[in-house]
Amino acid sequence: MTTNPLPQSPLLDASGVAKNYGAVAALRNASLSVLPGEVHALMGANGAGKSTLVKILTGAISANAGRILIRGEARDIRSPAAARRAGLLPVYQEPSLIPDLDVLSNLRLTGTPVEPFRAWVRELGIADLDLRDTARDIPLAVLRVLDLARALAVEPDVLLLDEMTAALPANLAEKVLEVVRRQGDSGRAVIFISHRFVEISALCDRATVLRDGETVGVVDIVPGVEEKIVELMLGTRIVKTHVAARGAAEKAAPAPARPRIAVHNLRVGTKLNDVSFDLRDGEVAGVVALEGQGQDELFAALAGSIRPSGGTIEVDGSPVKFSHPIDAIRAGIAYVPGDRSEALAMQRSVRENIALPFSAALRNWGPIPMRRERAKVLSAIERLQIDTRAQGEVQRLSGGNQQKVTIARWIAADARTILCFDPTRGIDVGTKQEIYKLLRELAGHGKSVLFYTSELEEVQRVCDRVIVIFGGRLVDIFPVEEADEPALMRAAYGLPRGAKADIGILADPQSPSSGTAP
Amino acid sequence: MSTSAITSPPVPFGRRIKRFMADRPLVPLIILLVILVVILQILRPGIVNERWIANTIKFAIPLAILAGCQTMTMLTGGIDLSVGTVATMSAFIMATQIVNQDPSVAFLLAMMPAVLIGLVNGIGVGVFRVHPLIMTLGTSLIGTGCLQVYQRTVIASGAKIPDFLAWLGTGVTWGFPNALLLFIPLAALIVFTLARTGFGRLLYAVGDNERATRLSGVQYWQVITALYVTSSLLAGITGLLYIGLIKAPSLSLAEPLVLPSVAAAVIGGTSIFGGRGGYTGTIVGALILTVLTTLLTILQMPEGARRILFGLIVLFVTAAYLRIVEER
Repeated sequence: MTTNPLPQSPLLDASGVAKNYGAVAALRNASLSVLPGEVHALMGANGAGKSTLVKILTGAISANAGRILIRGEARDIRSPAAARRAGLLPVYQEPSLIPDLDVLSNLRLTGTPVEPFRAWVRELGIADLDLRDTARDIPLAVLRVLDLARALAVEPDVLLLDEMTAALPANLAEKVLEVVRRQGDSGRAVIFISHRFVEISALCDRATVLRDGETVGVVDIVPGVEEKIVELMLGTRIVKTHVAARGAAEKAAPAPARPRIAVHNLRVGTKLNDVSFDLRDGEVAGVVALEGQGQDELFAALAGSIRPSGGTIEVDGSPVKFSHPIDAIRAGIAYVPGDRSEALAMQRSVRENIALPFSAALRNWGPIPMRRERAKVLSAIERLQIDTRAQGEVQRLSGGNQQKVTIARWIAADARTILCFDPTRGIDVGTKQEIYKLLRELAGHGKSVLFYTSELEEVQRVCDRVIVIFGGRLVDIFPVEEADEPALMRAAYGLPRGAKADIGILADPQSPSSGTAP
Repeated sequence: MSTSAITSPPVPFGRRIKRFMADRPLVPLIILLVILVVILQILRPGIVNERWIANTIKFAIPLAILAGCQTMTMLTGGIDLSVGTVATMSAFIMATQIVNQDPSVAFLLAMMPAVLIGLVNGIGVGVFRVHPLIMTLGTSLIGTGCLQVYQRTVIASGAKIPDFLAWLGTGVTWGFPNALLLFIPLAALIVFTLARTGFGRLLYAVGDNERATRLSGVQYWQVITALYVTSSLLAGITGLLYIGLIKAPSLSLAEPLVLPSVAAAVIGGTSIFGGRGGYTGTIVGALILTVLTTLLTILQMPEGARRILFGLIVLFVTAAYLRIVEER
């Protein structure tokens, strides 16, 4: 890392960048200034505006306001091609080679010089690449490295790497980090987006932190800075929130001897590794994780949507193997997906949507007992207070009411365990409150709930315990009393509880995975 | 299904009509049917009488049953192009086997290919996820081929139309076609199945959002297999009825009904993308197509011009109908 003492003019200087989607401001006032020779981290919690800023810088979308200077010149980046001409090149998380073409054709398509590409590929630790291989047949990890090599080959001034090392095996990741660091040495700049403090501390010179669509700080990366970054990401919310004592009625039922669901060393592909925890009757267990840390796979495996590649799931003490959601449903486990369009038949009525699981089994394909169904559906509608003025078609309901319908279905079906994946995303505050209350009531009636949320403040309102996952591994399991937002945020970034230690210890790759047993 | 009678401040008349039509999609269809009949009466005064009505219904019924197959498969986002072949096969096998066999044995033999083709369609679409269009087209071609082979084995024994089928297909009692004895219970069953049974609900739900049904525990392949077997069985029964009406077994007996059956379902308001529609509309759609055919026949146009006009009218009617019904 070269630290140049001379004041330099920035390579890239964006300021006052704002972007609105309708009434929603994705970005209010973001700025980012990158010096030549610098590896610059861009950080922020879920929904802080990172990806919006990146899309604006690379021309995928255009900003509503703001100014972007490249080498001191104002540039109007209207398209990815314009960004490229300005010397800004992104490498996204998803591989960008066209799967049905071979590597050489892909290079030609983007006008990438072949020889430098080849050299970079070798440099990045892939010795035996045949340019005639079809992209489809190349493993994902290698594809990501090829994307990077392709970007490096055109020698961009500013390279933008989005979660570059995710899904890379250790040896490739090491090479990649080495090459990225050397980019900085040669006077170019790299914007590095990552959730991993370990990498950031090893690689970056400075970090820009976003919160709620605004740049809230630019910090130099020095040992111990992660505390400061967590503070910046949380902002004023750092004040330890008071854990409301739950009333006796809301209090969880006394824990039975046997857990409702016991997960041991669960593994799903490369996304989820060695996760173990219990879910008891009468509790709401929270799951906290940054985006894409394996929580989707965890829920899908518990719901029977995908098959785990290792580990065991026990329900009421006996091991189960789910090969279809019906198996999980028979075991009393219902899944409420985060995306409502995944759960609802949008053109059908509220009643049909709520009653859908009733007809699923072959023996229930006959005439529907209309009166009984009506009673069950009505009581579920009443319990969730669904506004049924537009009940003829679910698609005419508001988002909050749609979300209630997805939950009402499993209340009507009387599921013993509900897996709620971010049920409050994008719905109004009133409905959120109702959902919190409902989840607590369910626990009060001896049901169990696994609740993933992307909003940390919800944890204390709803959960009894919190399971934190990072990089597909369990970081920690907190009792709710200790799960204030700073602690959760730290854990979500893979920093274990109590570890106020400096970055040297954190660099030890073993430490994030050593979660405490419940 | 009840429509609440909320009286809101005066809405423009046109808009009120539109909303009324959107709430009762059958109404515009029936109006269209009546208009067609009136045009026919104007062009040929006196043609619309009891006999003509009975005749029209007789010819509309096989089309309406096949269109029922299309309605049900289209609700799940599919289509069944093998209905023509299945109907032809069961008709042809019935007519040739009845010569030497007991009627009940002949009937069972006639329904066998229907079950088989339905099963193959269902497994292909439901388990192996072949697109229904290709799957049913494929089995339809295979079925036709098998029928040609079969024809050679029975060429010596000849064929005859069972009296019962002739009575059912062409007979009229007190002004009512006997075919209604078969059709009314069948239609009632289809309507009931779609509206009031678990299976019917699943057809709509699968066509609307397959992922959601999966998460609710629905096993797609079961629904789809049952669906295509049902569709094939209906087609087989249609074949028996149709041979009683046409009285001339051939290797392409019911083939000309296939595309009109799709058209009848679409005109009747069933969405080809799944999740929307119903059988009552389809029945009216089949009647409209039958009347339209008569209308074009008496215009004494050359065959080519008649087909062009037929196609244009079907397109126009469908587009207009969707515009009226989908109030967005």
